[in-house]
Amino acid sequence: MSGSPFEQTVLPHLDAAYNLARWLTRSDQDAEDVVQDAFVRALRFFSGFRGGDARAWLLAIVRNTSYDFLRRHRPQEVTEAFDEEIHSTAVESLTPEAQLMRRADQAMVRKALEQLPLPWREVIVLREVEGLSYKQIAEVSDIRIGTVMSRLARARARLQQLVAGDPIKEIAE
Amino acid sequence: MNCSDVQRMVDAYMDGELEVMRQVDIDEHLRQCEVCPPIYGSRRALQSGLKAEPLYFTAPAHLRRQVRAAVQGTAANTRWWTRVLAPQWIGAAAGALALVVAAVIVGPMLSRRSQGDQIAQEVVSAHIRSLMADHLTDVASSDRHTVKPWFAGKLDFSPPVVDLKDQGFPLVGGRLDYTGNRPVAALAYRRGGHVINLFVWPLSSNAVGPDVSESRQGYNLLSWSREGSRFWAVSDLNPTELRQFAALVQAEDRLK
Repeated sequence: MSGSPFEQTVLPHLDAAYNLARWLTRSDQDAEDVVQDAFVRALRFFSGFRGGDARAWLLAIVRNTSYDFLRRHRPQEVTEAFDEEIHSTAVESLTPEAQLMRRADQAMVRKALEQLPLPWREVIVLREVEGLSYKQIAEVSDIRIGTVMSRLARARARLQQLVAGDPIKEIAE
Repeated sequence: MNCSDVQRMVDAYMDGELEVMRQVDIDEHLRQCEVCPPIYGSRRALQSGLKAEPLYFTAPAHLRRQVRAAVQGTAANTRWWTRVLAPQWIGAAAGALALVVAAVIVGPMLSRRSQGDQIAQEVVSAHIRSLMADHLTDVASSDRHTVKPWFAGKLDFSPPVVDLKDQGFPLVGGRLDYTGNRPVAALAYRRGGHVINLFVWPLSSNAVGPDVSESRQGYNLLSWSREGSRFWAVSDLNPTELRQFAALVQAEDRLK
């Protein structure tokens, strides 16, 4: 294959970069800006890339660039008090939704995912849309694997509620 | 293991991220419990809901061009600097010395790299090439009765072609590729936003070769042999689903 090492190892993950930036910023134009910025950073840091998982390495940069972008332009989305315990609801309360979910309008899934608070949206997109392992997610989001596990569980529980058309008690309880 | 343990771990269980023993414990619990299976079922339903929806955003063509141009601009600069520095004799001498050292010491080490290792790298490169050059298929069809005959006359063997649409891995088409110093069949499948390339070629002699499961440059690879053919599946799909794909290919293959 022709091209520099960067072109061979990092450039093929452009779609993954755009997909993550698009889900985190929820805007086509902002995602493009973030991806361009992220690739400039990736080029600059590439000499420090020690081989291994180029996709996770690039996505970590895209994630940080997205957060920087949001902090600058829409700080309320990042600083929105995010307490996993407050945002979460008991898993057991979800049993009745099981049936609803099967009948749920498919388009609801996309809308529900868009409404999810940033860190939860991030972990669902990395897992379900990008198909990363817990280890890769831990690397991209800079959290422990145990946190990946619990955050993903809570994010899915919340997503299930939203899909079931239950926009209740976010901070209220 | 009680219900609250199981419910805490049900996501990791579904994702195949638990240790084998835990996985087995939960299997066991789900068979006996009446409370937990519906919760697990609803998580599965959510996951298949997410899979059914096209949620993957693909980079628009103009962004692809812009990023590529920016990257290549920088690469060109690097080469320009290399040319400017080259005449300095110290650099040249050091370079020459490094080459000699590489030839004497590293060369023999590299040649000892196993053949399988080299093929794994070729398979990953072939996968990346198929995505970068937008040349995923020569024959684009989800019908295996179209794809399989297409290979006739182009290869000296007839690759097994299965469609796994009903299992969530639709066939996209086939193409010719070149790997391990021979033309091979490449079958393309999709899973959500992910592409899976399945490379197939006949085994020479009785060299079966070990099963391979590894990850390179962010791609996952699985390889196995069956009935005189070697299979390589490569994708950026997660290992669990890629294994599921491989198992389905093997099962379908056996049915025929």
